[in-house]
Amino acid sequence: MKKLINSPEAVLADSLVGVAAAHPELNVDHTNRIIYRGSPTKPGKVALISGGGSGHEPLHGGFVGFGMLDAACAGEVFTSPTPDQMQEATKVADSGAGVLHIVKNYTGDVMNFEMAAEMAEAESGVKVAAVVVNDDVAVEDSTWTAGRRGVGVTVLLEKIVGAAAEEGRDLAAITELAQRVNDTGRSMGMALTSCTVPSAGKPTFDIPDDMMEMGVGIHGEPGRHRVPLAPASSIAQQLVEPVLADLDFTKGPVIAMLNGMGGSPLIELYLMYGEVAKLLERAGVQVARNLVGNYITSLDMAGCSITLLQADDDLLKLWDAPVNTPGLRWGV
Amino acid sequence: MADVTLAQLVDWLGRFRDLVTEKQSYLTELDSAIGDADHGSNMARGMGTVMEKLGTPATIDELFKTVGMTLVTSVGGASGPLYGTFFLRIGTTAGAVSGLTYAEFSAALRAGLAGVIARGKAEVGDKTMLDALVPALDAWDAAASAPWDAAFAAASSGRDATEPLVARKGRASYLGDRSAGHLDPGATSTALLFEALAGALA
Repeated sequence: MKKLINSPEAVLADSLVGVAAAHPELNVDHTNRIIYRGSPTKPGKVALISGGGSGHEPLHGGFVGFGMLDAACAGEVFTSPTPDQMQEATKVADSGAGVLHIVKNYTGDVMNFEMAAEMAEAESGVKVAAVVVNDDVAVEDSTWTAGRRGVGVTVLLEKIVGAAAEEGRDLAAITELAQRVNDTGRSMGMALTSCTVPSAGKPTFDIPDDMMEMGVGIHGEPGRHRVPLAPASSIAQQLVEPVLADLDFTKGPVIAMLNGMGGSPLIELYLMYGEVAKLLERAGVQVARNLVGNYITSLDMAGCSITLLQADDDLLKLWDAPVNTPGLRWGV
Repeated sequence: MADVTLAQLVDWLGRFRDLVTEKQSYLTELDSAIGDADHGSNMARGMGTVMEKLGTPATIDELFKTVGMTLVTSVGGASGPLYGTFFLRIGTTAGAVSGLTYAEFSAALRAGLAGVIARGKAEVGDKTMLDALVPALDAWDAAASAPWDAAFAAASSGRDATEPLVARKGRASYLGDRSAGHLDPGATSTALLFEALAGALA
């Protein structure tokens, strides 16, 4: 394993030191591993909190700031943070208007956020609401499964709901909006290589040079299917088709994200976006806004995911509103 | 006359820490196959912190409250809340005592099991830690003598029986059919828990 680290055990702590050094506008609580805004949440503004395992940067710490999150909890690599961390973040960020927990649908994240909400409400009387993001079309959803994973839509949701919170919408309205964004977004991912979890010291899975994994999540796990490596145009098709088959995206404007898994260069991500844009146009999908880059990653995995979100005038207005975070910045 | 003493339970946890530390790479390897490659490091880190924080508890509920809360607040992922809830419920049910009969200990373990089921919303056959935990407790209750040996044997068979299963809960479920053909890492660490118990009570 060749990585820019001091030791596998210290990766998270050392990385947070760097975050603090690079972003004096943010506060870093090294004990509780929370990144939060430098100025307290305005009275009357609902606070937005997210968190999850580390290794998905810029998600979530990189999306703390004006127009997005108020605080983010960092867990160990690919391991959800603990309820006491989230409870502390909830207390730090609450201004009295309540807190929305943005949770990706993974068993550990869901359980720890549930415990945190129970603890925060019981011990400090903070009003807590939650949205569980589950947009991954690669995963079958039934009462007998853990349900779909929360992936790319998390980024779009944090931006859109973050803007609504800055406008001063109340907790009920914010929660409903968050649920609506989740319900109208879909994602699908693929990987060319495995990533290497520092504490494991070697790639999570082996994959021959002429194969790829379709339907991956963001935790370095293998995908749903292993298929022969194909040209980008074919990969784009294998990503776009299941997304369009799952939800009708032709009814209005769409926000599209072509996301890198962390190990693919931008030249490839733009190339992929070109292929995806062609397919969407052919399918009658009108892309009104887009993002291309590494936003929700899986350490050093090579690969990408696409996310589509049905939008309307309200969502586009919220999307265009100013945002000022390490990972997303415009209009300021 | 107590069948299970506070000292034996402390010994149980120390043995469990030793086993998950010794098998850390193996657990992570199992988790690499169908999960996200962190089960070994998470359990070793959590049980290491537990043994540092344990001190000298005066009663069984105090012991397990420390164990449960330490796991909940130091592990994260799914293992933290699941193992943490298991031990917290054992402590609450056992109460402020320094010894338990086998029947009382069984009742406490069953309360722990109920906590795991409530938190994880899984059932036997989903390819999770329950596939080792449920048969272990059933074997404990059915045993005429040395219930710890029966429980350890049943937990190990339960672990082995997860190999052909398709996971329906937890991270492994995202692999669908591809999760078959691998041991479940959670059931494997639960079998270690009963191996440690057998060692402590024998």
